[in-house]
Amino acid sequence: MKVRDLAELAARNLREALLRNSLTTLGIAVGIASLVAMLSLGVGLQRLATERLEQSGLFNAVFVRPDSGLRRFGGRPDSTPPAKTAPLDLKARQAIAHLADVQEVYPQVRFLTEIRYEGNSYPTAIAGIPESDRSGGAFDGMQGRFFSSPTADEAILQIGFAQRLAPQPETLIGRQIIVRYAKRQPLAAAESKKGPANAGSSPGGPAEGFSIVLQETRLQIVGIVKTDPEGFGGFGRGQLFVPLGVAEALHATQSTDLRQVLRGSGPEPTYAALTVRVTRPTQVAAVEATIKKMGFETFSLLDTTRNLRLFFTVFDLLLGIFGGLALVVATLGIVNTLVMAILERRREIGVLKALGAADGDVRQLFFSEAAVMGLLGGIFGTGLGWAIGRALTFGTDLYLRRRNLPAVDISFVPWWLALGAVVFAVAVSLLAGIYPASRAARLDPVEALRYE
Amino acid sequence: MEATLQAGDGFAIQAECVSRHFQMGGTLIRAVDEVTLSIRKGEFVGLLGSSGSGKSTLLNLMAGLDRPTSGTMTAGGRNLAELSSRELARYRNQTAGMVFQAFNLLPRMTLEENVELPLRLAEVDRGERAGRVREALERVHLENRSGHRPGELSGGEQQRAAIARALVNRPAILFADEPTGNLDSATGEEILNLLREINQTLAATIVLVTHERPLAERFAGRTAFLRDGKLAAA
Repeated sequence: MKVRDLAELAARNLREALLRNSLTTLGIAVGIASLVAMLSLGVGLQRLATERLEQSGLFNAVFVRPDSGLRRFGGRPDSTPPAKTAPLDLKARQAIAHLADVQEVYPQVRFLTEIRYEGNSYPTAIAGIPESDRSGGAFDGMQGRFFSSPTADEAILQIGFAQRLAPQPETLIGRQIIVRYAKRQPLAAAESKKGPANAGSSPGGPAEGFSIVLQETRLQIVGIVKTDPEGFGGFGRGQLFVPLGVAEALHATQSTDLRQVLRGSGPEPTYAALTVRVTRPTQVAAVEATIKKMGFETFSLLDTTRNLRLFFTVFDLLLGIFGGLALVVATLGIVNTLVMAILERRREIGVLKALGAADGDVRQLFFSEAAVMGLLGGIFGTGLGWAIGRALTFGTDLYLRRRNLPAVDISFVPWWLALGAVVFAVAVSLLAGIYPASRAARLDPVEALRYE
Repeated sequence: MEATLQAGDGFAIQAECVSRHFQMGGTLIRAVDEVTLSIRKGEFVGLLGSSGSGKSTLLNLMAGLDRPTSGTMTAGGRNLAELSSRELARYRNQTAGMVFQAFNLLPRMTLEENVELPLRLAEVDRGERAGRVREALERVHLENRSGHRPGELSGGEQQRAAIARALVNRPAILFADEPTGNLDSATGEEILNLLREINQTLAATIVLVTHERPLAERFAGRTAFLRDGKLAAA
């Protein structure tokens, strides 16, 4: 029989027992919906976690430090020492910035300060925040606002530190603070001023090193953040954040300065650490290897992301199994419906055979009916699963909004899940149709025609 | 007793020592027992016999609905017993037309759709089907009832529709199993007149199974009697 005739006859047969076939199709739809809803939840959560981590810059970041000869980043036993050592200075920063797949390179500027506010002193650490963090998600849900420009004399406080300054931290927004810090000053200028301290001048030789001078600057508090915007990459953990440009312009003494003097690597300042942002997380390993060859210590969260993906694969599998249970029940429904149909349509099968239908035609007819139920159930179920996912997202959003937290999309149906669910529904229906279709095909026409 | 006609090219169907046995528990039922019968092309043969004589079983064997336990059933030069399931289905679709006592029209299909079914199975082009269906319905004078469902028709009309369905693929042999069994005598006569007309105008071979001897003798050119599965007389 031609495919179109087969489809027409199958559709006609399905319409004839509309209620029963609709209920069976609904059973498939519910099975597929539960599968799609579960998997969309898994995919959505994975997407959310990946997005958040990518926004945080941890997934696509390589942290670079000069080789210290000390214990390596993260204490990883497998981290191999760099082949040579080199100063992590402006030249190195520019060289790294020119590497393929490198999007952005910025220094980790952190230094100790003394904050003066309403006559009291508070020791803390300042950290420079790059402009790219504006959209990074780390400052989502903050009180106040992000820096107005990359060079604005503005500060954002970490909530813990803000609470030390004022019991009601929100009152700090708009207020001024004084930042006292140790400025690194070129030696000649410091000597002419007879500064309080100098370092690195070799006796009898040319002046090498710098002086440390106490400096003050004023900053306006523009925001308070609850999270730790420095994320995993932080060392020395800042509690007061300023635009990176401002932090660099202060020329505050860094922890690496002493080492620079010991190395005698010249008057140019070096960086304690650089953060290298890579275009895609997949390029992290290659960039990391290249930087290592340049003579620096590197660290990335590549291994962590691998573990995260493994976790979500297992998570999706478990959700799929739970969702699949409903589909198993639906499959039994298809078998039952088609077996019942054989009993009811025994005589009809006999007539078809008497008129010249081969066993294969009868088998194909039953298969087509199963496939049509699977297709309709699959399409409807995918839509229903998507709707369940949206409902879960809606409920979660309501809950989060009540707690003044930003809304998140916890469910996501990618095209491959939608398509896969429909194909799966048809495949499962065909599988369920094997037994009934074979039974119908094997019916003896004489017996079938005798059936009342 | 056996009745044998000469075999040759002029035969529509030939049964040679055909048996069909069924096992019912510990008993062997010889529904058809070593029957030899030849039917010429264009013949109108009546198969007569009482209930359980094996006439319907023999008809089913001739129509390719069943396979003999032993013997050969030849139609169009081919032994039906040796055909594959698909070939036998093709025989039922292309060579044989079947009319039943209970009409066996599909109740949810219109007459037109019922008559179209064998054409669908034969994979006849859609464009050709409408004309063939109309032609078949005109032959049984039901062209005005083509959109009706079987339940909306009288018994006679339903049987005429079943004949149209059996004829639509232009079969060489028409098998009718008690076609008047569910009809009153006047309507039954009308149906047999129609079969005779088909036999005469289309030169189709007709094998009629009936237990009504007077009717068979009036309409069939030749009659064969079955008793306890054996051919008693032809």
